Amino acid sequence: MSAYRMHLLVCGGTGCRASESKLLAENLQALVMTAGMGREVQVVITGCFGFCEKGPIVKVLPDNVFYVEVKPSDAEEIVSEHVLKGRPVDRLLYVEPEQKGKVSSHGEMPFYKKQLRIALRNCGFINPEDIEEYISVDGYQALGKVLTEMTPEALVTLMKKSGLRGRGGGGFPTGLKWEAAARNRADVKYIICNADEGDPGAFMDRSILEGDPHSVLESMAIAGYATGARFGYIYIRAEYPLAVHRLEIAIAQAQQMGLLGERIFGTGFSFDIAIKFGAGAFVCGEETALIHSIEGERGEPTNKPPFPAESGLWGKPTCVNNVETFANVPPIILKGAEWFASIGSEKSKGTKVFALAGKINNVGLVEVPMGIRLREIIFDIGGGIRDGKKFKSVQTGGPSGGCIPASALDTPMDYENLTCIGSMMGSGGMIVLDEDDCMVNVAKFYLEFTCDESCGKCTPCRVGNKRLHEALTRITEGKGTMADLDNLKELGAIIKDTALCGLGQTSPNPVLSTMKYFWDEYLAHVVDKKCPAGVCTALLSYYILPGKCIGCTACKRVCPASCISGEVKKVHEIDQARCIKCGACLKACKFGAISKK
Amino acid sequence: MCKNALTEEKFRELDSYVDTLPEKHGMLISVLHRAQGIFGYLPKEVQLHVARSLNLTAAKVYGVVSFYSYFTEEPRGDHIINVCTGTACFVRGAEGILKELENHLGIKSGQTTPDGRFTIDALRCVGACGLAPVIMVDGKVYGRVKTGEVTGIVKEYAEV
Amino acid sequence: MGIKSLDELKALRDKLKTDINVRASGEIKSNTRVIVGMATCGIAAGARPVFSAMVDEARLLDLARVTFVQSGCMGACHSEPTVEVRVPGEEPILYGNVTPETARDIIRKHIRSGELVQNLIIGRPFETV
Repeated sequence: MSAYRMHLLVCGGTGCRASESKLLAENLQALVMTAGMGREVQVVITGCFGFCEKGPIVKVLPDNVFYVEVKPSDAEEIVSEHVLKGRPVDRLLYVEPEQKGKVSSHGEMPFYKKQLRIALRNCGFINPEDIEEYISVDGYQALGKVLTEMTPEALVTLMKKSGLRGRGGGGFPTGLKWEAAARNRADVKYIICNADEGDPGAFMDRSILEGDPHSVLESMAIAGYATGARFGYIYIRAEYPLAVHRLEIAIAQAQQMGLLGERIFGTGFSFDIAIKFGAGAFVCGEETALIHSIEGERGEPTNKPPFPAESGLWGKPTCVNNVETFANVPPIILKGAEWFASIGSEKSKGTKVFALAGKINNVGLVEVPMGIRLREIIFDIGGGIRDGKKFKSVQTGGPSGGCIPASALDTPMDYENLTCIGSMMGSGGMIVLDEDDCMVNVAKFYLEFTCDESCGKCTPCRVGNKRLHEALTRITEGKGTMADLDNLKELGAIIKDTALCGLGQTSPNPVLSTMKYFWDEYLAHVVDKKCPAGVCTALLSYYILPGKCIGCTACKRVCPASCISGEVKKVHEIDQARCIKCGACLKACKFGAISKK
Repeated sequence: MCKNALTEEKFRELDSYVDTLPEKHGMLISVLHRAQGIFGYLPKEVQLHVARSLNLTAAKVYGVVSFYSYFTEEPRGDHIINVCTGTACFVRGAEGILKELENHLGIKSGQTTPDGRFTIDALRCVGACGLAPVIMVDGKVYGRVKTGEVTGIVKEYAEV
Repeated sequence: MGIKSLDELKALRDKLKTDINVRASGEIKSNTRVIVGMATCGIAAGARPVFSAMVDEARLLDLARVTFVQSGCMGACHSEPTVEVRVPGEEPILYGNVTPETARDIIRKHIRSGELVQNLIIGRPFETV
């Protein structure tokens, strides 16, 4: 079918183009034609390989050979040696800095190894609506293995040894959770999959459910075997209709094939799963609140202990794990605890999926080994900041997390380190902020979210966060005082100590972390009444630059407050006292004569 | 408006769903989901009906309805415009889009235009962060929206 | 069609592995696999018309042995809709920002003539276990 036997991919990214990759491609093309191989070999200019540091890059397919720092003059050798004689040009191969061994295949390179897909292994590869595709990639093998070859005790030991920790936020060791639920004797026990992904800006759970629903079903059954539960619920947001649809199909197919239901694989083990809908309450991500919601109640958290492992759904021992945690289980069982524990950092094993969003070039889902530095995620994988702007901060962990400054970019990402620098792993949302974002305003945004979503059960969260939000609003409006700043700190610390559930206890994190790392910005708002990023409208003023204004009257005509004066062809002026700071003049001016500061 | 009418037929449809439940205990939220699907909203009459059929107090039903943001006690417009106000959209200008929309339709987020055509709702993250800022009209997603495009998008639905 | 034992499942897996063209490059299989990322974000960005355009183009050209798969998220949200082409024996190629028109190009050039569609190729920077 293929007319070409070989492809030469030349990187045409901005970086490589700057170092003459276009000329290189032209040389290659000309030489290929001269050699009379125009019908066999195709030269292709591709998008960025993301390895700009070593550009220009040439990749040869199907040999999968990777050349770096290729000059236009190297074209001849590549064609005469590699294309004609099939001998890779040794001196152009990539040399790994640490071991000096030459690497020829793309997949062997450390840069590409930054991403390792365990939880997302099947997403974007198999058809999620066809159980046969899942089976063809070893699906349900792990369940078969535990049911026929392992005792529940051995399974729990394996999970403990793997070091897998909860991916939904808390980071509690999964093996210990299973062990606790297994230890408590009861006639009925439950497994719950927490798919109530409420953190705005995180969507890895949705992606797994939409891309690989069977891996979650399989793992829930495995957890059922470990703990002695025979029934599981998936608690999912009603806002995820496609994920629900694919889960429904997956459950029906698994039941039909006998991989869910009575006596699975002919053993004495039976397990079934049903879907329960959330109804839009962020707090239901907290496990006790989630359990109450499944029971049909208001989703308010309760004190722990008792932990769900003792008394959970309808008072029975219950084990709650999140989607991404479950998606890690089958590979651990098939490849072994040692394999999993060899990936990641000392206390945080395996990989974590992050949802990269905000002011970053490559918005997307990335799965990386724990312990990777933030800088690598944002600059190497994420491709850096959009529009060439300057990095300011990255917000991790959603409304429970904090803002990390540039000085902490080299922190290895794991549960402990993130908590240490005032943020948290959370579900893995990662919002990148640049110089145009006002940190006080960002803190206010998260507090607004928390006030909206507070269930109202405990006073520190219900009232405390309101007061924090009011103080932040005053500050962004230019009415803040130094006393407001002191109050924010003190009240924030009190809420952390006294709120009832994990969400309340972490809700002041966005304020406290921004105050810690961006104190200057707070001071600028309170003392100088200025917003350095130019975001807080009340603190901005619009001015007409006399050197640029040509007196076209465009601004004067659009001003809704009629506060711009000036005659045709003469410099105009804005009456600051009457200006409502709507910005209409700035948009109307075609000469860049209006400045905002 | 006829589409919001609480007809006998709709109540019968709800009843027949409740009858299929093997166990009514703990099913309140599922029943409310179904009821909102049938009636479009959950007014007092529907809440009372659900309370009676599940043998619960009206206070309990109201407590759940008012707790969850997905449930609404007001009828909704013909077209629902959701503005994503998740973090990714927020840092890419969702606030400005929402304001523009509110000004254009003359209502606040959460409200319905007096003619019953449009409802604006802010929504926390539809998970399409790569397309931020995002708005969704009747489930159709518009990505990388600019404030200047808002009026045009609304117009697409004005006559329909 | 219930599966009664682990051995049965293993046998089914091995059969399916041969049927469904998957796995690393180098393994020669009969079918070309065209995968379209169709999670919420992909669909929102227009993956459905892309999918139908590809199927339609393949039918117009009477191409046999091409399997179209709607899959989940490939993680490249910045370039949705995304399409991955896996020609047997070759490295998988990931295309981004595909439109129904360029989708037809992919079928005509890459699938039929083995010619890559240059300007749409994006990196596929991860390893899978």
